[in-house]
Amino acid sequence: MTSAQNGTTELAPEDSENPHGAVTVDQLDLEAELAGDADAIATPETAEYVLWLADDALILAQQLSRWIAHAPEIEEDVALGNIALDLLGHARSLLRYAGSASGRTEDDLAYFRNEPEFRCSWMVQQDNGDFAHTIIRQLVMATYMFALYTRLADSTDPTLAAIAAKAVKEVEYHRDHAVQWTLRLAGGTDESRTRTQRALENLWPFVGELFRDDTSIEPLIARGIAARPSSLQEECEAIFTAVLAEEDLEVPQPQPSSAGGRHGSHFSALGFILAEMQVLARQHPGATW
Amino acid sequence: MVTTTQLDHARAIAGAVADPEVPVLTIADLGVLRDVGIEPETGTVTVTITPTYSGCPAMETIRDDLHLALEAAGFTDVVIDLTLTPAWTTDWMSDEGKQKLTAYGIAPPTGRSAVRGPIPLTLAVKCPRCSSLRTKELARFGSTSCKSLWQCEDCLEPFDHFKNH
Repeated sequence: MTSAQNGTTELAPEDSENPHGAVTVDQLDLEAELAGDADAIATPETAEYVLWLADDALILAQQLSRWIAHAPEIEEDVALGNIALDLLGHARSLLRYAGSASGRTEDDLAYFRNEPEFRCSWMVQQDNGDFAHTIIRQLVMATYMFALYTRLADSTDPTLAAIAAKAVKEVEYHRDHAVQWTLRLAGGTDESRTRTQRALENLWPFVGELFRDDTSIEPLIARGIAARPSSLQEECEAIFTAVLAEEDLEVPQPQPSSAGGRHGSHFSALGFILAEMQVLARQHPGATW
Repeated sequence: MVTTTQLDHARAIAGAVADPEVPVLTIADLGVLRDVGIEPETGTVTVTITPTYSGCPAMETIRDDLHLALEAAGFTDVVIDLTLTPAWTTDWMSDEGKQKLTAYGIAPPTGRSAVRGPIPLTLAVKCPRCSSLRTKELARFGSTSCKSLWQCEDCLEPFDHFKNH
């Protein structure tokens, strides 16, 4: 931990020539206490896995928040904003737990890691695109997260189980939102159906990564801490099929994926997302208002 | 020396802190307040709270309000802990809290979803103004994470509904 993040250093003197005023970091320790169970320390192996979940939630929250004031109707500004807020809450709890392994705070992990240190899937890095594109991405991610958190609510790691038990109820609501919109867009006008179909074709190549097993988490699966990704696939596909069949759309063929998000090899979009998300914290470390 | 009276006093003070977004409810009504304890040796008051929703921005205000209320009552050493287990549900809300919500114009939670699955069904929500069950959901997400927006088809009044969770 650097002196800039240990909660005491004043970073900018109070002087009239500084347009940003005095920026201090005395709030960081206070805020951290509200991000999740306080005392649990993750092992390094668990922390690495927790970052898979944390970074999926964080990047998806960042993407969805861009819809605020741009959605097709004001209720959707509110809905997507609320979903982003829930996901940010999950990300905070998960980042706090992951950071406990190395003495880093949630802010250290969100704002001061570089691209190769992120562990998010390529699906959450896909552009918002048009509204149909965002909704299909939501359908996939909320269905995946619901299946995953349902399993992790029974994890042998009590902190992970607690976060998952909380999150699963919220992502169920997100899944419901995505299902409702998928049905309306697919069964709406020719234009909305065409765009829904296009979104499915564009996004399906990134579904495979979510369900791909990875030897790095095998020890955690053996100890009942993590869920095996491939074991979630059947249940998620059954939901995709059921929802799309309501409007006579087919689930696209699964495609082999070379995406390497879980190992820090990312889609080209992530750098731009991080630049926007991290710029303020990096230019004014510890800024509060 | 800490007495039972002091613990009861601390509990009463903490339980009376209002929810910043639904000020008609206290955090005790809402089920956000989980525990209040006093360390016998030092007099440190520990208050345990739990979030309604993971990203609920009110938690920081609630924490600050707890510090202010307890310190004003003479408890100088206060620690606020946050717990996620067991997870909050609308079942934690007291019956008194549900009555206060209705009186305030917010339809309280109706109970668990009737059918759980990818395409769920929910029970009718009663209009808090005219008690009609002919109501419709306008927007699934409302002014805060915990509410959705509804409208009564009899009195035509739009109203907030505290979602089942």
